[in-house]
Amino acid sequence: MTIQTPVGRRGFLATAVAGGFSLGFSFPWTSAEAAEVQELNAWVVIHPDDKVVIRIARSEMGQGTLTGLAQLVAEELGCDWSKVTTEYPTPGENVRRHRVWKNFSTGGSRGIRESNQYVREGGAIAREMLIAAAAAEWKVPAAECKAADSKVTHSSGKSATYGQLAAAAAKLEPPKEVTLKDPKDWKIAGKPLKRLDTLPKLTGQMVYGIDVRLPGMLIAAVHACPVHGGKLKSFDGAKVEKMPGVKKVLSIDSNAVVVVADTYWNARTALEKLPVQWDIGKAGEIQQDQITAMLKEGLDASEAFVGNKAGDAKAAIDGAARKVEAVYAFPWQSHANMEPMNATALYTPDKCEVWCGTQNGEAALAAAAEAAELPVGKCDVYKQMLGTGFGRRGRADYVRQAVLVAKQMPGTPVKLIWSREEDMTHDTYHPTTMCKLTGGLDKDGKLVGLHVRISGQSILAGLAPQNLQKGMDPATFQGFAAGGAEAAYGYNVPNLLIDHAMRNPHLTPGFWRGVNTNQNAVYMECFMDELAEAAGQDPLAFRLKMLKPKYAAVLEATAEKAGYGKPLPAGHFHGIAQIMGYGSYVAGVAEVSVSSDGVLKIHKITAGTDPGHIVNPAQVERQIAGSFVYGLSAALYGEITLKDGAVEQTNFDSYNVMRMDEMPRVEATLVPSGGFWGGVGEPTIAVAAPAVLNAIHKATGKRVRILPLMNNDLKKGA
Amino acid sequence: MAVLNVNGKSLQANADPRTPLLWVLRDTLGLTGTKYGCGIAQCGACTVHIDGVATRSCQVPLSAVASGKKIVTIEGLAQDGKLNRIQQAWLDNDVPQCGYCQSGMIMAATALLAAKPNPTDADIDAAMTNICRCGTYQQVREAIHAAAKA
Ligand code: FES
Ligand code: FES
Repeated sequence: MTIQTPVGRRGFLATAVAGGFSLGFSFPWTSAEAAEVQELNAWVVIHPDDKVVIRIARSEMGQGTLTGLAQLVAEELGCDWSKVTTEYPTPGENVRRHRVWKNFSTGGSRGIRESNQYVREGGAIAREMLIAAAAAEWKVPAAECKAADSKVTHSSGKSATYGQLAAAAAKLEPPKEVTLKDPKDWKIAGKPLKRLDTLPKLTGQMVYGIDVRLPGMLIAAVHACPVHGGKLKSFDGAKVEKMPGVKKVLSIDSNAVVVVADTYWNARTALEKLPVQWDIGKAGEIQQDQITAMLKEGLDASEAFVGNKAGDAKAAIDGAARKVEAVYAFPWQSHANMEPMNATALYTPDKCEVWCGTQNGEAALAAAAEAAELPVGKCDVYKQMLGTGFGRRGRADYVRQAVLVAKQMPGTPVKLIWSREEDMTHDTYHPTTMCKLTGGLDKDGKLVGLHVRISGQSILAGLAPQNLQKGMDPATFQGFAAGGAEAAYGYNVPNLLIDHAMRNPHLTPGFWRGVNTNQNAVYMECFMDELAEAAGQDPLAFRLKMLKPKYAAVLEATAEKAGYGKPLPAGHFHGIAQIMGYGSYVAGVAEVSVSSDGVLKIHKITAGTDPGHIVNPAQVERQIAGSFVYGLSAALYGEITLKDGAVEQTNFDSYNVMRMDEMPRVEATLVPSGGFWGGVGEPTIAVAAPAVLNAIHKATGKRVRILPLMNNDLKKGA
Repeated sequence: MAVLNVNGKSLQANADPRTPLLWVLRDTLGLTGTKYGCGIAQCGACTVHIDGVATRSCQVPLSAVASGKKIVTIEGLAQDGKLNRIQQAWLDNDVPQCGYCQSGMIMAATALLAAKPNPTDADIDAAMTNICRCGTYQQVREAIHAAAKA
């Protein structure tokens, strides 16, 4: 792992960062060893000592994409894995080189599934160039040469290392076409290799955005209007200007106040004392029960966007032998990233540079240029390690803030840090929705009609209204779509209607790991259990009658691995769930017990996934277990509520998350069926909550339909 | 001007005595391995050892440690370039995801193993109350057991 260093400023940052962590190397064209270090193409750089530098455009935030993408390139390159290091190209460099690295955006579990083809081609092209260089040198046909383990070998036994060949290879024309390896021949990809970036995370040397230190740098604490959309009326900087360490008190975007000081603590202390008046307006009168009423109204509204339709659901339900109906609700969630939002900016009238963790380097660059009012060509962003992202760091509002502050102090680098309280109250929240599900069963217990009415918030309407389709937000129907390779509904139901009454409160929504699969899986999979119960059938058997083949295969494999249907320890119960998300088919089986006084224990969750191909099974298993912690934290505790228009929860004391003692054992069953590329970071998250809720019903007879669980009493008789 | 004993070195810290040790370490001394997560003793990302005891440094004012108390941070665990056995177990078990919480996790685990060389799962649950939003709890538990056996 190397840390992004600004072009031409290697020594500058390296000496500025505490701890003496080696910052790796900057780009060959700016480095002293430029003459010897060979760039074979945008993805592959080879040093004379055989060291291979693989460039990674996507951001590493814990999900392992950096290691996985490097495995794919290294596989095709045929290099020795122990010689591999990585580096991030900067978004500015990407612009200068006509987007040679394509998309930097890291969200939607897209890292590997979207870029596997072109990064593998990058590795394969470099390999062919190395072979061609060796063949030319030895005057033999390239077809007689093989590349493996960082060496090209001729059938005569002659061989040369990549480091020896790189200079000649770099001068060759890249081949127009390359053949990629068959995944069944993979030696590096597909293997449970260790991550490349672990060591500095164990010694305190890894540099996250919040750790950036530059000579002469000051630190800023920020407080934006507590009600989203509200404005700053006035503030009295003179009251705190003389406090220890304070350098400047200012406002940005007429909605936030900032104190810049020598240390974060001094900045924060003064900010807390700063007298501020807000112009909050009508939004300041909004209370949580109004949000609930707004969503409830949508459940029966006559107008709704249709996301999936087959036959005539209403008629089928009306004519059914038995009708089942239930209403579910999913509250707002905060991302609560482990590392609060932050960015460091250095502005001069002809240059603006930003150091930060971001899931979207290009969006961060665009935000920096816009805030600096400079052309993109005069700006750049140096990506640092992210202390988690979860979708929040795809938005560049914190970058804009840092640049706006730096712009008021030209020549001085400023690191802007959000307090945990600022972070939790100025998040972009997992949208809140309610859902009414109505199902019709025929006399044999077959589901003949199903209406799923979602009411609530659209992420696109809040963040990117230009992407709405005739007003509709297709992302609302994740896991419910009529077809496609991304998020299709898995059940064959002859008469189906899934629609969305969009209701948008003022709180900014956002993409939150798993996004709308989280609540959609709860709604559908818990209701499937309700339907199975009404039909007098086992939940697994009931589902398998309706599920399409790939969905059924994963659910069955997972159920088998979990020992579903076999005897469990006394008081333990199984619950199941499945969904398709981000191109992968996933399922979960939860094993829980609930004591007579209502204490829930999640003993184990068995999870299955079919993402088509698996690049690193060890990291996939970690993503599954990790996603469950995130998803279950929301299911157990997560709830953002409003009072007077502002978010009530401010820190982990009021927004609890799962800890070690509640962590279930997670067992993964990986069943890649090949032929497609699905995501890994998010899909499984959605099955944890419904599987647990279904198991709770088995244990207690109670249906938990309004999340989070902590607001429900699981006590016997309660 | 306070003098602190950090990782066996005596360091001068020019900061207000009420400043939490966390920010003295990070901003004044440049030891950024100790992380800020909550500032209210909830998350454990800021855990350091003070006289051998795992302590959340966001809750300790500079004035409380300026009297020669021995402070060890994540940067002080490895000796002569060699990881301690907990760090090594973390490496062998590929524990971190993003890694942001792991300084605190490792400091807490190191203190736990010093006090209880063979911790049970219940001991681990009780001592390891640090938050990990990536959800590495399963790997953390396995690595602590592995380190205990090492
Ligand atoms: S920052 Fe100290 S416990 Fe969270
Ligand atoms: S490893 Fe990312 S928060 Fe723990």
